[in-house]
Amino acid sequence: MSAAQGIGVGEQQQLEDDQHDSGSSAPTQPGRRRATPYLLLLPGMAWLTIFFILPIATLLSTSTQTRPEGAEIGVYTQTFRVANYTDTLSEYATVFARSFTYALIATVLALAISYPLAYAIAFKVGRWRNLLLVLVVAPFFVSFLLRTVAWKQILADEGWVADALRTLHVLSPDGRIINTAPAVVIGITYNFLPFMILPIYASLERVDPRLMEAAGDLYANALTTMRKVTFPLSLPGVVAGTLLTFIPAAGDYVNSALLGDPVHTTMVGNVIDSRFLKVVDYPTAAVLSVSLMVSILVLVGLYIRRAGTEELV
Amino acid sequence: MAAPAETGGRDLRLERVTKRFGTFVAVDDLSLTIPSGSFFALLGPSGCGKTTTLRMVAGLEEPTAGTILIGDDDVTNAKPYKRPVNTVFQSYALFPHLDIFENVAFGLRRRGGKQIKAQVDEALELVELGGMARRKPAQLSGGQQQRVALARAIVNRPAVLLLDEPLGALDLKLRRQMQIELKRIQTEVGLTFVHVTHDQEEAMTMADTIAVMNGGHVEQMGGPADLYESPQTTFVANFLGQSNLIRAAVSGKSGDDLVLEVHGQKVAMPAARRASGTDDLLIGVRPEKIQLAQPGESTEGFGSNALPGGVVTDASFTGVSTQYLVRMPWGQELMVFAQNLGAAGLLRPGSKVDLHWDPAHTFALDGSLDANAGVAHEGATPVPVG
Amino acid sequence: MSKMRRWLGRNAIRIYAVIAFAYLFVPVAYTLAFSFNDSGKSNIAWRGFTLDKWKNPCGAPDVCPALGNSLKIGVLATLIATVLGTMIAFALARHRFRGRTATNLTIFLPMATPEVVLGASLLALFLNLKINLGFNTIVIAHVMFCISFVVVTVKARIAGLDPRLEQAAMDLYADEFQTFRRITLPLVAPGIAAGALLAFSLSFDDFIITNFNSGSVNTFPKFIWVSSLRGIPAQANVIASAMFFLALIAVLVGQAVTAGRKKQKA
Ligand SMILES: Nc1ncnc2c1ncn2[C@@H]1O[C@H](COP(=O)(O)OP(=O)(O)OP(=O)(O)O)[C@@H](O)[C@H]1O
Ligand SMILES: [Mg+2]
Repeated sequence: MSAAQGIGVGEQQQLEDDQHDSGSSAPTQPGRRRATPYLLLLPGMAWLTIFFILPIATLLSTSTQTRPEGAEIGVYTQTFRVANYTDTLSEYATVFARSFTYALIATVLALAISYPLAYAIAFKVGRWRNLLLVLVVAPFFVSFLLRTVAWKQILADEGWVADALRTLHVLSPDGRIINTAPAVVIGITYNFLPFMILPIYASLERVDPRLMEAAGDLYANALTTMRKVTFPLSLPGVVAGTLLTFIPAAGDYVNSALLGDPVHTTMVGNVIDSRFLKVVDYPTAAVLSVSLMVSILVLVGLYIRRAGTEELV
Repeated sequence: MAAPAETGGRDLRLERVTKRFGTFVAVDDLSLTIPSGSFFALLGPSGCGKTTTLRMVAGLEEPTAGTILIGDDDVTNAKPYKRPVNTVFQSYALFPHLDIFENVAFGLRRRGGKQIKAQVDEALELVELGGMARRKPAQLSGGQQQRVALARAIVNRPAVLLLDEPLGALDLKLRRQMQIELKRIQTEVGLTFVHVTHDQEEAMTMADTIAVMNGGHVEQMGGPADLYESPQTTFVANFLGQSNLIRAAVSGKSGDDLVLEVHGQKVAMPAARRASGTDDLLIGVRPEKIQLAQPGESTEGFGSNALPGGVVTDASFTGVSTQYLVRMPWGQELMVFAQNLGAAGLLRPGSKVDLHWDPAHTFALDGSLDANAGVAHEGATPVPVG
Repeated sequence: MSKMRRWLGRNAIRIYAVIAFAYLFVPVAYTLAFSFNDSGKSNIAWRGFTLDKWKNPCGAPDVCPALGNSLKIGVLATLIATVLGTMIAFALARHRFRGRTATNLTIFLPMATPEVVLGASLLALFLNLKINLGFNTIVIAHVMFCISFVVVTVKARIAGLDPRLEQAAMDLYADEFQTFRRITLPLVAPGIAAGALLAFSLSFDDFIITNFNSGSVNTFPKFIWVSSLRGIPAQANVIASAMFFLALIAVLVGQAVTAGRKKQKA
């Protein structure tokens, strides 16, 4: 198609494009209405515009508001005070850093747990594959709050895990797990595991086992085969899984609230929650939300770029 | 029988049809008339526009220019479901969620026909799948799926049935079997079949008329024997079977025969078999029409055309025949198939031979054509033409 | 000794898998076990086995109304999100239009935004517009974050559809609507069902976004959150365990059915 024809091409050209680009089935018909895609998009996109984009815009606007002198609690006016950002971010820098650290550690742990498990299910269990796959997802049929509460019980001071670790002298006699950073990280790791396992499994499943045999045939040992063949081929699953774990992990506050300590393990989510719902300090909550969203998007963008161009090893 | 049953006598006509994809011309000013009730084959190398032509007839692609007529109805812009045309897709495209019966009944139901069950049963009997009506497509073998696809199309008694390499996915044996079956069904139901294929043997055995396509246009159209014996272009001569094409110049006439000069030798051919008015010609002889004689050997009963001085460079025994490559004094290698009659012994490479053939087996093409057109498809190396 | 080591080497990954499964199931085992705990108000320490809580799952105050709300919200949000998401998926998979990039971005962003931000921003909007929080605002929020997941799931299924099937239908006298109704829709249906199931489980289990936008309306996750401060009644464990078994059985039956079909084909 010549470039000169541009976007405003005639109906016919448009339809031809349509067919070849998307492998669409519909034959070229001069009568087909161009309005159809827009009608299909309208309700859903309207919903997302009003209840997602507009709220984000509202959040942006709230983030630069201030409370007028002597006004009631919860009343803010727009003053475009960009300094809200510097003020808030310097105050909560450690909380931010902590959130991303926890999320990063949890993502790495989840990857370490999920990859071998997905690999075993994909290649090592034969006809038990489908059943085990169901078992992997099954725990997540239980309400996630209850599972987190269960961790609270498991990791409790008088629980068997703490007892065992004390006996093994890993933990000092008055040491504890609950209300510490490791407890929060354990909870977060656990919470988002299926988001890691399923995409990795899906991409491993598509790897032809004969490719691994071929690599073995070409003098690659098990480790080299893994590094040079299996892992690169499953990379799309790994990228998807790490993103699906990292994003919710960075914004989580339930694990920190239930398994952590109100001061030392506070995450951004906790602050947003309490600023918004308890302290009614909307601008601060908005600044934190916007910053969290933007930093996640930037990180995700960088990560996808790197994963897309290099081998990510 | 449903309405389109009375479509007897409606020819399919394509008039100056062109299809462009962007700037690429897939079908170039194509005109064809396919008589009603005939078995028509479209033959040609990959990418020559066969599928595109079929899709335009089916209504799945719209011509950039030109007209498509069925009988007197202009269907150029009609939607696919408004045409008395059905397609047997190359990949069958059976509906995976419907059983065999429902697949075959699909078209009848859409048109609100009556006695659907009787018609479907009849169609399934015709393709010998009577007992499989309640199976799902995935439970059938490739050949059975292919027959369902066929039944699903012919049950509608379309004016024209389009078959896009329907046998492409089958193994050789099943393929031969299905060819016979297709031909039988076509004779039985009397529909117009337009059959697309890569396989020239398939086209030759099945079709009444073959159109050889190349680069979006029809090179030549005619009966199988006609195309084989009298190709009009070098492409057809090389694409259908194999040909020895030799440079020649007209040097005179003798009665109904044309006298030609070929690298210093005189050969003759019937003037009527000359396809080009130019004096510079490429004459063609099929390899199986040539007989070999060693110098001094009796040539009694051999054709009167002779080219002496050849040397056998290669001989390969294939069972029914022996295929020789003979290098001629002007450097060109010609192909000769000698039937295995048991009498004559094998000629060893290096043997000196003369070539003989009947003048009536000669055809003559325009000398400015590319002598190697259409060769590559057999994987043969282009022969230098002297 | 070396025999043992070789065995370990060969089975290392299986042993690892067993340990990983243990990690996955310990909290579930706790949740199940404590549904049988003869506890009082709080359900933290083991007090002995009883079936009482299973016999009377609505025994604790507020549990069942909260569960009812969650189910109602889940069904409604799933319905709306599935319809809207499926329409978008068809537009994206089958049509060419201006603004495709913007559409894709709008679908992707909610999935890349942490739940706190989604919840907080929606609350900011509702506060600004002075909209009362309650059942409706929860449904609005749930539909919003479920749409993207439905779009992604359904779009993948449409993309996997052989376009020749629809062409064959049209060739066999089905017009656009009949083709859609008889061929496209039945073949895309498993994708739509998967999207709907995903939407329902996301909605049913959502706490963070709900907590921002629910006002005084209670949901099952919210009930657990609130009572986790003073002690969760064992009835919550009963309900969670029952849902766990129901889901498990549904999935296993589904698998058995597809496996049976495959065998039939072979
Ligand atoms: N949708 C399309 N967009 C662009 N080019 C196309 C399209 N469809 C076909 N073509 C081009 O048109 C030409 C003819 O294609 P067509 O499918 O008709 O070939 P064919 O003769 O059926 O070949 P084959 O024997 O390999 O099936 C090819 O060069 C092909 O690349
Ligand atoms: Mg083709």
